[in-house]
Formats: sequence, structure tokens, C-alpha cells
Amino acid sequence: MRFKTLLMAGAALAAFSAPSFAEVKIGFITTLSTPGGYLGEDARDGFLLAVEEEGGKLGGVPVKVLVEDDQLKPANGKQIAEKWLESEKVKLFTGVIFSNVALAVAPTILEAGGIYVSPNAGPSQYAGKGCDKNYYVTSWQNDTLHESAGALANKLGYKRMVLLAPNYPAGKDALTGFKRMFRGEVVEEMYTNLDQTDFAAEIARVRAAKPDAVFQFHPGGQGIAFLKQWAQSGLKDQIPMVVASPSLEQKIVASVGDAALGIKGTSHWNGDLDNETNKAFVKAFVSKYHREPTVYASQGYDDAKLIGAGLKGAGETLDNEAFRKAMLKADVKLTRGSFAFNNNQHPIEDWYEIGAVKDADGKVSLHSFGKVLEHQADAYASACELK
Amino acid sequence: MILVVEQILNGAQFGLTLFLLAAGLTLIFGIMGVVHLAHGSLYMLGAYAGAMVMTMTSSFLLAILAALSFSFILGLAIEYLMMRRLCARDHLVHVLATFGLVLFFNGLVAFGVGRAPVFMNGPQELNGFVLIMQDLPYPLYRLVVMGVGLVVALLLWWMMAHTRLGMLIRAGSLQREMVAALGVNIDQLFLIVFALGALLAGLAGVMIGPIRSVQIGMGEQVLILTFVVIVVGGIGSIRGAFIGALLVGMSDTLGRAFAPSLLKLWLSHSQADAMGSALSSILVYVVMAIVLIVRPRGLCPIEE
Repeated sequence: MRFKTLLMAGAALAAFSAPSFAEVKIGFITTLSTPGGYLGEDARDGFLLAVEEEGGKLGGVPVKVLVEDDQLKPANGKQIAEKWLESEKVKLFTGVIFSNVALAVAPTILEAGGIYVSPNAGPSQYAGKGCDKNYYVTSWQNDTLHESAGALANKLGYKRMVLLAPNYPAGKDALTGFKRMFRGEVVEEMYTNLDQTDFAAEIARVRAAKPDAVFQFHPGGQGIAFLKQWAQSGLKDQIPMVVASPSLEQKIVASVGDAALGIKGTSHWNGDLDNETNKAFVKAFVSKYHREPTVYASQGYDDAKLIGAGLKGAGETLDNEAFRKAMLKADVKLTRGSFAFNNNQHPIEDWYEIGAVKDADGKVSLHSFGKVLEHQADAYASACELK
Repeated sequence: MILVVEQILNGAQFGLTLFLLAAGLTLIFGIMGVVHLAHGSLYMLGAYAGAMVMTMTSSFLLAILAALSFSFILGLAIEYLMMRRLCARDHLVHVLATFGLVLFFNGLVAFGVGRAPVFMNGPQELNGFVLIMQDLPYPLYRLVVMGVGLVVALLLWWMMAHTRLGMLIRAGSLQREMVAALGVNIDQLFLIVFALGALLAGLAGVMIGPIRSVQIGMGEQVLILTFVVIVVGGIGSIRGAFIGALLVGMSDTLGRAFAPSLLKLWLSHSQADAMGSALSSILVYVVMAIVLIVRPRGLCPIEE
């Protein structure tokens, strides 16, 4: 007994004194609390799955992932970044979900000579003139999301549309992005409040405007409330709805059920995308966490893979230039299939039409139905001076 | 015309759901003098309890029963274990303690159920519409929610005006020591009031579940408006909470419904859309400010 304890203590000590100079620390600042917490949770779990699959390494380099909750507050995110830059000597950061937090975190890291890789937020500020050679986005440029929905609306032949989004920067970007691609007439734009939970007033206005279709951007809980109330209003069967990925993802579908049927969405990833990496990812994720992965989980996983590509080139010393050179080649297999970095270090990727389907035993899940856009780059890349 | 009627209905419905929350809070705040930030947590837990039972049994009545009993018992426990000890301390202590509860319950749900919003459907029988006017179908479920709000308002009014319990509550809020001196068990009275408030919050949660997202933090979202309601209505007054809730619900909904089109008379379309949204979000607070200027103690203050 005593011998066993001694052995264990020895093992623990050995773990402590294991050479730590060879591992690269990755700071994962994300949103884990607040109603948006499930987004960060999935991104983190996807990321950690990729690290675990490689046995604690990414791109052959041992990594140590530090995770902390930014509580969806820009100031908190910035503080965590400063703390890790100082005391932990972290140089490579990722994880932020929300654009407002990313816009506070990224400058702090870049000014300190660090590298930031975004697994979700893709604010326009860093995509055009403000692009930076140590700043990468592996998910999307925010506008592209909604451009893909605009392209889908064109494809479906809608001419007169009503648009709805919350009254905050990402909501306005959503409508801008949608309108950039949509060729029909926008009958009315409605801005909701970010803390609004009852949309009866807006739904009544949509009913009165009699459009061909509506586009709405309400991520997370707001989107759930909107879809439920939309179905209850009876408009679901009269007016088609087009949305982008954040307003129709796996968790939203699971929580509204039948109310999601018939809604037309776009996404760069879905659980049923037919490639080996994706199949293996979905299987591994379900068996490890006992739940279906969301688009955020796939982004966390792909983010880790791309960082792995960079680390493979840069090694433990993490030289910025070597990291950049290897990272931009993006020579890894991702869950979403086709992927390349543009000159502004944002993705060029395919967008798919997605929609909720009810299977034989009554379960509602998301399916993909072919490409809406192929090799789509964002609208800001030409303003970026990087090559 | 149809749009106006529909929006007034929407406003009334929003107001009545706010009333369910405000009625409990105004009793707790007005009568016990406790600032109860965790009222929203009880609303959230009521919705979760309802959603789970609904998924397991697909009976909405059982879901309501589960939510009511769960929040009632939780209310009893919180009062007995915590509030009783803090009642006599100042408001800052209440704020700290109940805010702690908010964090605790949010953590508990994240730990036990997970962070993702949970599924909750309304009862199948209430999925239809009622044709209120020509070309105006209104969701039956929303009418039921309004009905529940009205019934609760009537019951509370009857309780406060015509029962011994109501008399004691009114007396206890104004002359706590005197009532105690007359041999009434004030502790027990407060326990009942607190648990009743919790019950109403749970009822609000389970009724709202099918309309909104059942998720962590849903309580904090509505708590601010609920406080606005009880301040506008007059703290401690059920009648005030009713009038305040309708006023807040109406001004919020009608503001969102008509501010943009009104502004379009003077402004360009895109400006009016953005301005209208901004205006409607402050409208509730403008109403509150006006009420407080005219009647600093709210619309229906309880008489000293």
C-alpha cells in the first residue's frame, strides 16, 4: 500500500518535472458562460479532440492548451490575454467566439508580437485594410455567412424580401452581407433589440408586408425564440425563411424541433458532408462527448488542424514567419473539405444549402443539399495589402 | 387596422407574461423588503423542470405541475435556509446573496443539463389559431398564456382583498412589529409569501417555455423589465404590478411595431429602421421616468 502511494507520488512528481520547454502553450480564450456559452464549449471540445487524437500534439509539436471563459465581455477577454502574455509567456492564441470580444483580444496579442487564429469570429475590421500577418481566421469572414444566404435566396428565386437582425454591429453586417449578394428588392429592414425575447410585433409586421420570403439573423437563444414564435404564428407555411448558419445550427434545431422544418439555411459545414475526415470527426466527437457536434465543434477541430499545420513548420520555437509560411499552405485535411487561405488570411471555401429533415423515428436533424457557392472569398480581401 | 389590433393583443400578451413574474417579485420586494435577484433563476428553473417533464411525459399539465411544485419547494428552501437570516440586513447583502444564487443556479444547470438550450414544445392541442377578425389568425397558445395571466391576477386580487392571509400580508408589509405583537407568526407569513412568489415565477417559466428559448440566463434577460414593472406599478402592490406590466408590455410592443413606420414620415428608410429600433428600446425607460416624475412612488403605491 505504502509502496503504491510512493509510486504514485513519484509519478506525479515526474509529471511535474517533465521537460516543459519543448511544449507550445496555446491560449484558448472563449465564451463558456452566458447564454452563448454552448458555442464556446463546443469549439473548445472540438479543439481538444484534435489535440487528444494526436496524443497531446498538434502538427507533431507537443502543446499545452490553457482555457478560460471571457464571459462574452471584451474587457475580460483582453485581461486574460494580457495575463497569459505576461505570466505564462503564451504566444499563440485562439478560441474567441464573438466578434466584439475578438476586437478587444486580437490587438492586445498582435501588439505583443503574438499570433492570433480565430476559430469563429471574422470581423471585417481585420479582413480588409486592417489585415495583419499574424492574424488568421479559420472559420469565415462574418459577411460571407450572410452573402451565402443571399446567394441561396437568388437561387430559390425570391424577389421581395423582409430582413431582420438585432440592432448591433454583427446584425448590421449580416444585413449588409445579405444585400451584397441578393439581387431582388428589400421591402423592409427590421432591427430587433439584442435582449429581446418576444418577436410578436415584428412577426405581425412581416405578415402585413407580405414578402416572398424573409431573411433573419438571430443566433442562439434569440433564434430559438424567433423560430418557435414564427411557427406558432402560422407564417412558417406561408412565407419561406432563409437564414445563415448561426441561426440554424444543430443545437437550435434540437431545441425547436418541428419549428425548424422547411427553413432554408446555408453553412460551410454539416455533419453529413461526405469526406473521410468529417465522418471520422463526427464519430469521434459523439463517442467522446456523447452529443452531436455543432458547426462550432467542427470549427474548433479544423482550427486545431490548421494550427497544427503552422506548428509543423514552426516547431517548438514558434517563429512567426515560419509559422505563417506553413499555416498559409493549409496542408491538412479538414472536416469541411475544400479550404484555402486568401491573401488576407481569411478562408476561401464552399458553402452548402442546409435544412432540417425529420427522419422515420421523428428525430429532426440538419442535412446538406449541394453547394450554393464554390471557392467563395470575402469582399474585403482586395483591400488587404498582404500577399 | 388589423395590424393595430394584432399589435395591441401582442402588447397585452407580453404584459400579462411580465405580470406573472412581477406579481411575485413585488410581493417579495414590497412585503419582505428583500431585493431578490434570483427571481429570474426560479423562472428559469421552472421552465427547465417543465421542459424536462414535458419531454418525458408529453403532458403539458404534468409539466405545469412539476414546474409549480419544484419552484414552490425551492422557494421554501431558499427562504428558510437563506433569506430568513438576511431579511434584517441591508439591501446590499440581499443583492450579493441573491446574485450569488443566480450564479449558483446557472452553474448548476450548466453542470447538470448542459449549456445548450433545451427543447420544449407547447401542447399539441394548443398549436392552432383563433380567427379573431377577418384575416387575423392569432396563436391559440398565446391566448392561453393571456388567460393564465388574467386568472392569476384575479386570484391574487381575491386573495389579497378577501382572505385572512391577504389581510395579514398587507398588514405585515406596513406594520411588521405590530402584526407580530398581535401573535401572528411573521416568519411563517414571509415563508408563504416568498414561496408564493417563487411559484408564480415557476409558472411564468413553464408558460413561456414553448414561446422562448429555455436556456441558462433566460431569467436575467427578463428580470430588468420585471423590476421596471414593479417600480412603475408601485412596490408591493399587486394592482400596480398588473397595470405596470400592461403599460410596459404595451409600450415596448407598440414602440417596436410602429416607431419605424412613424419615423419614415421624416427620415429615410434605413435611418428610420435603425432609429426606430433604438427608440423603441428606450421607450420603456422613458415611460418609467415619466411615471416616476408624476408619481414618485409608482402608479398604485400601497398606502401607509
